[in-house]
Amino acid sequence: MSSDSATTAVNAGDLRTEEMLLNMGPQHPATHGVLRVMVRTDGEVVLDCEPHVGYLHRCFEKHCESVTTLQSVLYTDRLDYLTAMGNNWGFCMAVEKLWGPELVIPERAEYIRVICQELNRIASHLLAIGTYGMDVGAITPFLYCFREREKILTIFEHICGQRLNYNYIRPGGVAYDIDDAMLGMIRDFCAYFGPKVDEYDDLLSTNDIFVHRTAHVGVLPVKTAIDYGCTGPVLRGSGVARDLRKDQPYGIYERFQFNVPVGTGERGTLGDCFDRYMVRVREMRESLRIVEQAVKGIPGGEIRSTKIKGKIRPPKGEAYTRIENSRGELGFYVVSEGKEVLYRVKCRAPSFHNISVLPAISRGAMVADLIAIIGSMDIVLGEVDR
Amino acid sequence: MDTQTLVEWVLGENPAFWPRLIGVVAAWALPITIWVSLVGLISIWLERKISAHIQCRLGPMEVGPHGALQTIADGVKLLAKEDIIPDGADRFLFAFAPILAFAGTFVSFAVIPFGPDLIIADLDAGLYFLAAIGSLEAIGVIAAGWASNNKWSLFGSVRAATQVVSYEIPMGLAFVTVAAVAGTLSITGIVEQQSGMVWNWYLFRNPFMPIAFISYYIASLAECKRAPFDLPEAESELVSGFHTEYSGMRFAIFFLAEYAAMYVVSALACVMFLGGWYTGIAPLDRAVAASGLWANALGAIVIITKSFALIFVQMWLRWTLPRIRLDQMMTLCLKVMVPIGMFTLVLAALWQALVPEGSALDAAGHPAHPVVGSITGMLVFVLLIVGGYMWVRSTIRGTTSFRTANYKV
Amino acid sequence: MAMDRTTLVAEVEKAFGARITEKDLAGFEPFLRCEPATWPELARFLKERCGLDMLCCLTGVDRGKGQGLEAIYNVEACDAKRCGISIRIRVPLDNPVIPSVEKVWQTADWHERECWDLVGIRFEGHHNLVRILCAEDWEGHPLRKDYKSPDRYHGIKNNVV
Repeated sequence: MSSDSATTAVNAGDLRTEEMLLNMGPQHPATHGVLRVMVRTDGEVVLDCEPHVGYLHRCFEKHCESVTTLQSVLYTDRLDYLTAMGNNWGFCMAVEKLWGPELVIPERAEYIRVICQELNRIASHLLAIGTYGMDVGAITPFLYCFREREKILTIFEHICGQRLNYNYIRPGGVAYDIDDAMLGMIRDFCAYFGPKVDEYDDLLSTNDIFVHRTAHVGVLPVKTAIDYGCTGPVLRGSGVARDLRKDQPYGIYERFQFNVPVGTGERGTLGDCFDRYMVRVREMRESLRIVEQAVKGIPGGEIRSTKIKGKIRPPKGEAYTRIENSRGELGFYVVSEGKEVLYRVKCRAPSFHNISVLPAISRGAMVADLIAIIGSMDIVLGEVDR
Repeated sequence: MDTQTLVEWVLGENPAFWPRLIGVVAAWALPITIWVSLVGLISIWLERKISAHIQCRLGPMEVGPHGALQTIADGVKLLAKEDIIPDGADRFLFAFAPILAFAGTFVSFAVIPFGPDLIIADLDAGLYFLAAIGSLEAIGVIAAGWASNNKWSLFGSVRAATQVVSYEIPMGLAFVTVAAVAGTLSITGIVEQQSGMVWNWYLFRNPFMPIAFISYYIASLAECKRAPFDLPEAESELVSGFHTEYSGMRFAIFFLAEYAAMYVVSALACVMFLGGWYTGIAPLDRAVAASGLWANALGAIVIITKSFALIFVQMWLRWTLPRIRLDQMMTLCLKVMVPIGMFTLVLAALWQALVPEGSALDAAGHPAHPVVGSITGMLVFVLLIVGGYMWVRSTIRGTTSFRTANYKV
Repeated sequence: MAMDRTTLVAEVEKAFGARITEKDLAGFEPFLRCEPATWPELARFLKERCGLDMLCCLTGVDRGKGQGLEAIYNVEACDAKRCGISIRIRVPLDNPVIPSVEKVWQTADWHERECWDLVGIRFEGHHNLVRILCAEDWEGHPLRKDYKSPDRYHGIKNNVV
């Protein structure tokens, strides 16, 4: 800089105004619950942000140390309340592992679990993309998504009497059997739903404004994603084909034909919001394929293992299992002392990891982008805060 | 019949000051107030029903037939609500802002015509008046956001300021284009030149007018803060933006101003491009031009229908499109619409000056030989619509590959 | 760098020898145990040499009966076809300190905060070890076995007996 720089026109530094500290949440329409983000902004540009969680802490792990194993299943419903089937299953898998290989889950129960989990994944993704549309200002797709989700919830209501907190998958099997009428409903839904996904593509995926709002926004590099432990559509959006259903098949997933959609940066940069969104849309189609195959192949027979009867007393030991839930890897670490009440339950919640990456990828974005990024993470605070 | 005549007709020649003032208010303000409220009622009801049907819902069905009285019920509810002024707010500005925002829209109705004689003030510089008074709403919005002592509101009002001020440029350019073609700024003057068959409408007057129309329409969406330009309100980002802190009647006034503004810009689009109160069918237009009760009634029906058709398009867009971002909004304005507006203005003026059909007008101000200009104009309009449709379809069709590709097995 | 669990454990044992104090590969959860002081080095070794780039889960357990607290790290490769391993570190109840590994895996940042919050293991070197799930002024660590629920919190009565 020359000595007369003081007399020349203002340089960019002089135009800088005060930074603003913006408190987004816990009551904010776009934080998907009670997430609170402290945002430091320069005008509309986000300089830094820090998520504060815990507003929905319900002592899940503490509860599990004071109620019986069977009662704990009920509490898992409330974790990721949009994919309660997955939570039930994840917890039950961890408990079942304590019995070792001698505990065999009946075929029919395994099929029912897959059907319910995949239908629930579709319902969850429907909500995710619907609310995502709403985050970027398109309200109509949200109601279309709810129309379809309603049908899935109706099926669940027939299967287990509940629409949100199912408490359906239990250690050793499932709670109730499903009959032909319910299978018929599921078959009808499969036939109905396929073309509907194309509708969302028309409304959002190919909408120019939507693409411009999400492409190149919130780019999550693979290395960062892995470092922060992101899983599920968030990690797959960054181009890593990690899906436990394929990589470490649990249940009977190795019997089904399906693909793992990954982000490719087709509209912007690899790992941007659009990729994460698109992965979810495509996963719905894949889940539908799995449901179709499972409904076709479901055998008859028992729905609960005879090994687990009456009071559930998991054998002494420790087990850690994960399943691929709709938001990522849901893990349960279970320590049992051989009593009816578990000694320790730890829940590894995918949203907890996914949201922790927010500060790393939102620096330099605009406030509107921050909303789009939070939306593309598709967090459920019930699971983050437990 | 203008105000002066009306007042003198009732009160006699040269009335005293006070009766005259009361007379003017009665002749002027009362009908507008009633009409503005009516427009608000109808368009809010329409918005609810249209959005509902777009979203596979029914919308309000309980109060009145098909929920027609729902807006009134809500108005009563808003009246009865507690009027909250937040701590630390600038109390005077907070109370004054909704009035300021409403006043701008309200005054615009003075030059918005409903029929050949149904215009309150037929100013010689009507367009200019509209352009000037339209900015008043922005001041109200900025004041509201600033006075609320809320950071989200402040964001909203700064966005509103940026947006409204920027989009006044393409809007103004469209005004100037019309003025250049019409040779007048008077609203009635502009409409009179568009009587006769549909090709006399300014929309088709020359090949550049369709572009000016679409440019004006987009700018008017931004001026009204309607989606996809609803950044100042952006409920998912800014928690409703500048009116976050407003409740009860003050909020209702903002709401009313927004819907009244929608009507103003739509009616203006009708006046400038769509033949105003003329039907576009020559024999009918002669009836409308005849002046008198029935002619005015027909004219009013025509222009109100056209305006609500445009309002319908605004709603249709709002319930279909996502919101754009601040920088994209500015890019669209400054890098796309302003240059296009400039070129349109220059080319339309050149056409007017150089092409014989452009300047050869008959006594009524209609093109003497409408063929060249109008046919090219219509062609361009059709091309724009069809091209836009094809473009949208092609982006959607592009998904066939999009739906199956990019899997890693 | 595909590695099965036996090779992985062999590699680790070759590098760390007696500093791996316990090894159990037969149970449901194969694990290695080490002292807190060894942990940062082992963590770096696992990440950089063995390619275990993901810290899946960090569980804090109060073993009770004078056995102290235990932190269980489930470490894995992002390419999930490769195996992972769990590492257990035991610390005494009166001085529960484990070196932080947030520099190795970013995930550890929030996980260590959670573990501190609920179990009360202090992670030395963590840049911001504050409560994450409980309120900032909460007292005690709820998942310890000797934890007593408070009767009142800011005047709100605890109705659970």
